[in-house]
Amino acid sequence: MKRFAGLLLVVLAVGGIVLAQNALSINGAGASFPYPIYSKWFDEFHKTNGNIQINYQSVGSGAGIKQATDGTVDFGASDGPMNDEQLKAYSDKHGSGILHFPTVLGAVVMTYNIPNVTASLNFTPEAIAGIFLGKVTKWNDPAIAGPNKGVNLPANDIVVVHRSDGSGTTYVFTDYLSKVSGEWKDKVGKGASINWPVGLGGKGSEGVTGLVKQTPNSIGYVELIYAAKNSIGYGTVKNGSGTFVKADLESVSEAASGAAKSMPDDFRVSITDAPGKKAYPISTFTWLLIPAKFSDAPKRDAMKNFLKWALTDGQKQAEELSYARLPKEVVAKELKAIDSIQ
Amino acid sequence: MAASTTTVPSASPSAGSRSFISRLRDGDEIARVITFLFAASVVLITLLLVLQLWHDSSLARHKFGFQFFVTRVWDPNAEQFGALPFIYGTLVTAVVSLLIAVPLGLGAAIFLAELAPQKISDTLQFFIDLLAAVPSVIYGLLGVFIVVPLMREIIQPALKSLLGFLPLFQGPPYGIGFLTAGIVLAIMVIPYIISVSREVLLSVPRDQREAALALGSTRWESTWKVVVPFARTGIMGSIFLALARALGETMAVTMVIGNTPTNSASLLSPGYSIAAVIANEFTEATGDVYLQALVELGLVLFLITFILNGLARLLMVVTTQKGSGMGHV
Amino acid sequence: MNSRLRWRKFVSGFMLTLTGVCAAVAVSVLFFILGYLVYHGGTSINWNFFTKLPAPVGEIGGGMANAIVGSAKLLLLASLFGVPIGFFGGIYLAEFSNSSIAFVVRYAADLLNGVPSIVIGIFAYALVVLPFKHFSTLAGAFALGLMMIPITLRSTEEFLHGVPRALREASMALGASRWKTIMAVVVPAAYRGIMTAILLALARVAGETAPLLFTAFGNRYWSPGLGQPTASLPAMIYSYAISPYDDWHRQAWAAGLVLLALILIVNIFARAILARGSAIPRS
Repeated sequence: MKRFAGLLLVVLAVGGIVLAQNALSINGAGASFPYPIYSKWFDEFHKTNGNIQINYQSVGSGAGIKQATDGTVDFGASDGPMNDEQLKAYSDKHGSGILHFPTVLGAVVMTYNIPNVTASLNFTPEAIAGIFLGKVTKWNDPAIAGPNKGVNLPANDIVVVHRSDGSGTTYVFTDYLSKVSGEWKDKVGKGASINWPVGLGGKGSEGVTGLVKQTPNSIGYVELIYAAKNSIGYGTVKNGSGTFVKADLESVSEAASGAAKSMPDDFRVSITDAPGKKAYPISTFTWLLIPAKFSDAPKRDAMKNFLKWALTDGQKQAEELSYARLPKEVVAKELKAIDSIQ
Repeated sequence: MAASTTTVPSASPSAGSRSFISRLRDGDEIARVITFLFAASVVLITLLLVLQLWHDSSLARHKFGFQFFVTRVWDPNAEQFGALPFIYGTLVTAVVSLLIAVPLGLGAAIFLAELAPQKISDTLQFFIDLLAAVPSVIYGLLGVFIVVPLMREIIQPALKSLLGFLPLFQGPPYGIGFLTAGIVLAIMVIPYIISVSREVLLSVPRDQREAALALGSTRWESTWKVVVPFARTGIMGSIFLALARALGETMAVTMVIGNTPTNSASLLSPGYSIAAVIANEFTEATGDVYLQALVELGLVLFLITFILNGLARLLMVVTTQKGSGMGHV
Repeated sequence: MNSRLRWRKFVSGFMLTLTGVCAAVAVSVLFFILGYLVYHGGTSINWNFFTKLPAPVGEIGGGMANAIVGSAKLLLLASLFGVPIGFFGGIYLAEFSNSSIAFVVRYAADLLNGVPSIVIGIFAYALVVLPFKHFSTLAGAFALGLMMIPITLRSTEEFLHGVPRALREASMALGASRWKTIMAVVVPAAYRGIMTAILLALARVAGETAPLLFTAFGNRYWSPGLGQPTASLPAMIYSYAISPYDDWHRQAWAAGLVLLALILIVNIFARAILARGSAIPRS
């Protein structure tokens, strides 16, 4: 018993002593899509601002919004903007609002596994919507074969794979589908979790890519950065201007530039199906959700400094990790908005 | 096995006539009260949990009523929620996992308790206990990397060719599905069955075995017909533990079950379970009805556990024989 | 030897061999898992792993020191919370209670055991995180402790029941009070089984991620004391495993290995340090 108590004391002491620093600890929660770049940013920022520790955990966009509203974290992050209802809930609870700051750009790509097909397939919006609605059931369907003359598509059944967990990726994908397909909009709609007409559910991007890799004749959607890092082949998508665009850093930034001109002041905008010849149609911002009013002055200053840094110097590191950087016009607008944080 | 409580006359002449305060001075009464408080806290916590679930699902309950149990649709956008496919998937995977884990686990426990020399038995048990410590995420990943391809390439096609006429084994072999989830769950719950059953078997008094052997039974007969029934309640207890684990497992299941709400009779079909859908959608759920529908699913699982536990206990009461050493359910 | 006897002997040999096969299967699964973890994560286990904080992706030299300490803290606290409740509750059920109260408590414990870990996390969130408006090690330990209670309770009761009546009566005949009998005679007699159960409960919660998601939350840095969010091995495994980076994948497997090693060490220590001779010789 005594030995047990001794052991207990030691562990508690270690746990307690291990941090006697005067660190300013800030907690954030939200989207998992930007987790790699955020963790890099917060780490870099910590290196140059040694006493500021920003601890970000990827618990999901919805959870991030909820935690920010509940006040258990200092800021949130989301792949989809908060809707009016959520904004109201936040301001009702805190007495002041919450601001959206786009940080980087991401894209959703179509990845597939067809035996003996190595070419990059061209997908039209109608084809994608048809496949995920369950109306286009075979790979050699004219909707798919049409733009892919020269590729020998088999007459096999398409196995659809989607995300089972609620995610920003799904939100963006369904947002795009709702814009390009009236039928999708009516029948299914957009959201982080939806009632999929067909398909298997994989948990996380890992789950989707795993399923697609292992299941012949399958098709799924994943984030660009995921496909890039795992050397997964993906196809092109036809944008509003009629060009088949492959997702990469430029085409994604193009989509944001197109939207920049009509960017609302609160930065809550969807950039799927954006105008622009070279724009990739399934692109998205990801946002940091920062309270408009901080009760803690050091925290507020730390966050403001961080934001300024991330939107300027930090963008370089984003590209290294395959996140597309923000267009200059958007950054300029945001830097102005940072000043409004009290 | 010993009877539940030994009645012992208390030190003083008539226990009933002593007042509570004077009984309190007797160390036993304090002990009784304190341990009662601990035991009661378990019930309290469980009640609190149910109340919390009840309260947090009120919107959804009022909106859907009993239809919740029989609706198949799960549509967050249209705000239509039904629990049927999840209930089905939870039950199917739990049953499959127990069908695999109980015979395997019991067999292993018998081996370790009856046949293996003590050192080997202890060492092997050590390792089996480690199985319980493997994080569920890792079970999920191993399921994805190893079990799923195995199922898809070898086992599912084999089942289809041998038993494909049964509705149980129809449909394309994706590799994921009810059966795969059941297998992964079986591996996860086996350590509980082995560990607890082995300890219980070890605690069966030697004279029981010897009596059976003296009467001319073979080793197996003495084990199966005398020792195991004697340890019946303990073994059932371990099965309860395993069942509970199988019903509530989230991570590993969601990685291999296919996450598709269906009520297919085929074990090869992808499916969904309550715990998996809660784990998948809770963090991203926005909107009160949606969140509360998920909480209501948690409540439904509670109900299922309640019913299954009740049925199992009923089964035990009904099938018990006198002198089998069963003291309680 | 007549044919019926021959048949029974055959059945006996066959079934007993079968049980050996079952045990072999169970053990080989474990070794397979261990082997897999070692193969995929072994290379990531180095001094850095145990001493450094997590590094962002693409940077080498990161480790999981804070997660290891965090897990240790969480498990210790969870045990302090969950084990006494289960243990003393089990004593009550076995020694003092009547059968109806025992029935209710047992049922409640089984129900609690079946609650998905994420629901326990949500419950702990509402109880311990929301009122204080921040995540903490305490909240995580509370959630894990809750999950330890049912196994501990049921098993304590079960093994106490298994102690022969004669032992209790002998002790009381010698004049010991109920309580003294329980603590000095009955519990030591059932010690093995109870210890097994506690370690099993610990093993179970050691690998849980979901209950920690909304309680201990997670931390890229060190977590001072008990009131701050803390990193833990299962949470790190989860976020690294679902990432697209190979280096992080390897670290996830390595973390799994370290977690198992942690539990193994606890097992060894617990059995060695807290061992006392069993009052009943093993039959």
